[in-house]
Parts: sequence; structure tokens; C-alpha cells
Amino acid sequence: MKTYLKKIYIIFDRELKGYFRTPLASIFLLVFLALSSGMTFFLGRFFERDQADLTAFFAWHPWLFLILMPAIGMRLWAEERRSGTIELLITLPVTNMQLVIGKFLASWIFTLIALILTMPIWVTVNYLGNPDNNVILISYIGSWLMAGAFLALTSCLSALTKNQVIAFIISSISGFILIMAGFNLVLSSVRSWTPTWVIETVSSMSFLSHFSRIQMGVFDLKTLIFFVSMIVLCIWINVQLVQIKKAD
Amino acid sequence: MSSKLIDAKNLKKSFGEFIAVDDIDLSVLRGEVVGFLGPNGAGKSTTMKMLTGFLEPDSGNISINNVDLKSNPLQAKEFIGYLPEGAPSYSDMNVLEFLSFVAKMRGLNNKLLATRLDEMAIQIGLKEVWNKPIETLSKGFKRRVGIAQALIHDPDILILDEPTDGLDPNQKHEMRNLIKTISKNKAIVISTHILEEVEAVCSRAMIIANGKLLANETPANLDKQFANKDIISIKVSNKINTVLEKNLKSSINYGDVKIEKLDKYTNRILISDDRKTPELNAVLKQVNKFKLNIIEASFVKSNLEEIFRKITTTNASS
Repeated sequence: MKTYLKKIYIIFDRELKGYFRTPLASIFLLVFLALSSGMTFFLGRFFERDQADLTAFFAWHPWLFLILMPAIGMRLWAEERRSGTIELLITLPVTNMQLVIGKFLASWIFTLIALILTMPIWVTVNYLGNPDNNVILISYIGSWLMAGAFLALTSCLSALTKNQVIAFIISSISGFILIMAGFNLVLSSVRSWTPTWVIETVSSMSFLSHFSRIQMGVFDLKTLIFFVSMIVLCIWINVQLVQIKKAD
Repeated sequence: MSSKLIDAKNLKKSFGEFIAVDDIDLSVLRGEVVGFLGPNGAGKSTTMKMLTGFLEPDSGNISINNVDLKSNPLQAKEFIGYLPEGAPSYSDMNVLEFLSFVAKMRGLNNKLLATRLDEMAIQIGLKEVWNKPIETLSKGFKRRVGIAQALIHDPDILILDEPTDGLDPNQKHEMRNLIKTISKNKAIVISTHILEEVEAVCSRAMIIANGKLLANETPANLDKQFANKDIISIKVSNKINTVLEKNLKSSINYGDVKIEKLDKYTNRILISDDRKTPELNAVLKQVNKFKLNIIEASFVKSNLEEIFRKITTTNASS
């Protein structure tokens, strides 16, 4: 067990440092911070709302992640396949599961770093008023969980192709579908001709409906299970896809 | 317990309709260097990918140091060092980082890691590029990094897919020397389409074409078995006119006699026969009757290249 985890850690370590070896990491962090605060202040009207909470900040996260998570995760497997290093990895004494988990964790921790760097906005809101810090903490955790689901999905889909751009596009489109699943606009258009259980299943798959509950400070088991099982499922599919596509 | 470090039986692998490897048996002992020879797309790389556990064979068994690769892949992979085709590596890492990564994945502890890294730097000659990103290295250095990566855990089995591809003649020479030095207590499989390489480093050559094993011999035996021994070449410093040619042909009692004009004063007579090997003495006796000035008489010796072409093309057409 110890060596099993150790190998996951070695993979994780290489992958996480890989983000910082190129300018990719700093560019990403900059874009993330710029967009998240830009959206908060201009689109979310943080000051005009005149409320001591971070709703204006978190509300944009699903949309931000829709583009930024595929950007972080697109290279995870596509690049291994393109450069042929997948052959090195798989012939090492390590299981595909360890490889997939190690890589996923690296991208997830990288996102955690990005979220931690948004701390000034939390400091700001505490300076200006008396927000409910429990709600903010729950929102941060929820946001990170949602990012994990996006990343697991992207990692999984990036095993389908050798091209990072294609990986990015299919991940964004899939993410978009998962967000939109909760919109009334979408649901009402299909409600008339589909059974209720289909509607309910589809809308329960929505990232948005789960995340909006978290934002209100409601962190129920259902939501936790949803995001965690989403991640686990994607990791499992990821392992199968690596096995199927490795030699193509 | 057999001393076979690699023992593979009845390996088969197809991709859709295409049969890449068709029933290949292969075993390699400690101390052997086996050369996989074959045209491109013959199934060399696919075979190697199966031996290293990258691909699963459709059928057949592979045992690595008496460990079954299929049921115990992690244990079996410990014994193998592998250089994939094209020597892929993480181009954004530097040499030290990359080799450390592979070594750690191979389970080397920190103390051993440091010694092995030092050894690699010296043995493979990587000292001067030690802290450079791999993407900035020349092809020769990249290939060496690939070899170092395969050797870092001092494996019993080394599988190298085209280790000298893309190297200049000096680098090729160095690489062959390196393979020779490390071969003593390892089982090594290399693939190549350069025949001289097989003669230079291999103790055994396996010729593969269309996924089938066509020959499995020492380079010397290959020579004995497949070399052209039935053509006699006689060089004479005489003009040969048509009358003389006609007389020569009728007096030399073998199937096919050809006259090749080399320059104004020298000609070559080539004698061959499909049914029996011509006898040199008998032929010379006949040629001497015409009072020709013989400068050279020999059997045409075929090199490995011809043998290779002979084996691979006859089998492809049959």
C-alpha cells in the first residue's frame, strides 16, 4: 500500500511541477485571477450589490471553469499520447489506475492553488462588512469539488485524442452540456415529450443546480456524493480509455 | 528454473484485419544480444511492445525471468529496461529530473538513486547536458537519455527499439560499444534495419517479415545457410569477342554463363547453375584452354544485406 501511494505521489509530483516548468502555470493563474475578479466586480456588480457575501464571485465559477479546467486538463493524456511517453509510463511497474489518479490529483491541486490565490477577495469582503464565513468556506470547497469534476471529465476525454486542442474543445462542450442540464430553458423544451424521471435524472446531473445550492451555504450529502461520484466515474472511464487507446 | 530471461511462446497480435505478429516464439538467455531484423512494418516494434507489457498479445505467453507477464505484470516489468521507438521523453524536464523520475518510479531508494545517476552520467556520457532541458538536446543526446532511462535500475533485460536510429556514424559506434560492454550479464534485444549492426553486436539474429519469424541464427550461421555459394566469378584481362564468348559458353558445362565487360581490357565471367554448385577447378580448367589471363577467381560472397533481401522477399512472395 505504501509503495502504491508513493508511486501515485511521484506521478503527481512530476505532473504538478510540470505546470510550473513552462509559463503555462503563471499565465493560467493570471488569467484565472483576472477573469474571476473582473467578473465579480463588473459583471457581478460586487459593490453595487452592497451585500457582505461572495455570491458575485462564486456565481461565475461554473462558467469560468467551463473554459479554464479544460485548459488545465487537456494535456494530461493527449500530450503523453502525442509524444509517445505513454509507452514509457505504461512499461514502468505501475498500474494505469495509479497513473490516472496521480495526474488527476496534480491538476486538482493546481486548481486549489488558483483558488487559494483568490483569498484577497475574501479579505476584502471581511474588511468591508461581516459576511457569513461559513458560507464562503463551503462555497470554496464546493467550487473546488466542481473543478475536480470538470478536471476528471477533461482528463478522461483527453485520453481520446493526441491533440490537445481537440481535447480542449470536446471537454468544454461536454462541460457545457453538464452545466446547461439544469436550466429551465433547456428542461422546459424537453419536458413536454419526455417522461418525468428522465427530466429529473438530467437535471440532477447538472453542475449548476448542485453548485447553486452550495453557494447558498447548503452543503448536503447529495451534492457531495454527486461531485465525488462524478470524479470517481470519470477516473474509472479514464483508466479504461487509456487501456483502449494507448497504442493507437 | 531455466536461465531464459525472456521466454515467449506463440505470440500473436493483430490490429483489426492486419496481422502484425503471427505466431512468434522467442527466448533470450543471459549474456545474449538478440537482433531483430526486418523491413519496416514487419512486426519488430509490436513484438517488443508485447515483451515489455505495453501491448497485450492476442494469444501466447510471455515469461520474464520466470515471471508470467500477464498475471504478474508489475513484478515482470521490474526486470525490464525499455527504450521505445524514437526514444520519447518529457521534453520540458532536464536530464537529471527525467532520470530521477524514472528511477523513483522504478523504486530506487535515495542512496542508490544518487549512485546510479552518477554512473549513468559517466557511462552514457551525459555529464555535459545534465541540467539542460531535454527539448534543447541534439538527437544523439536524446537517444542517450533514452538509453540511460532504460538502464537506470540496472535491469536484467534490456529491450531497445532502434537504439542507433538517427545517430551519426561515430555515435552509432559508441552506442554499439556501450551495448557490447553492458551485454555480459544481461539479456538484450535490439531491433534494427541496419545489417552491419547485427554483425557488430548481436550474438543471434532473428529475421522477421510480415509478422513471421523467418530465421533465428547466429550471424555467422546465417551467412553459411543463406549465402550465395553457387556463383563463380572469374576476372580475365583479355578482350572477349563474340566467337570466344560462344566457345567459352559451350565448353563451360554449366547452366548459365555470363560475360560482363568491366573495361576495355578486363572482363568478368560469371558462372552459375540452378541444379548444382559449379566446381571451381573444373571451370578453371576449361577457361585455361582458351589461354586467358586469369587475374582473379572467386565465389561471389553475399553479404548480410543480400541474405536479408533473399529471406524477406522470397517469403513475402510465397
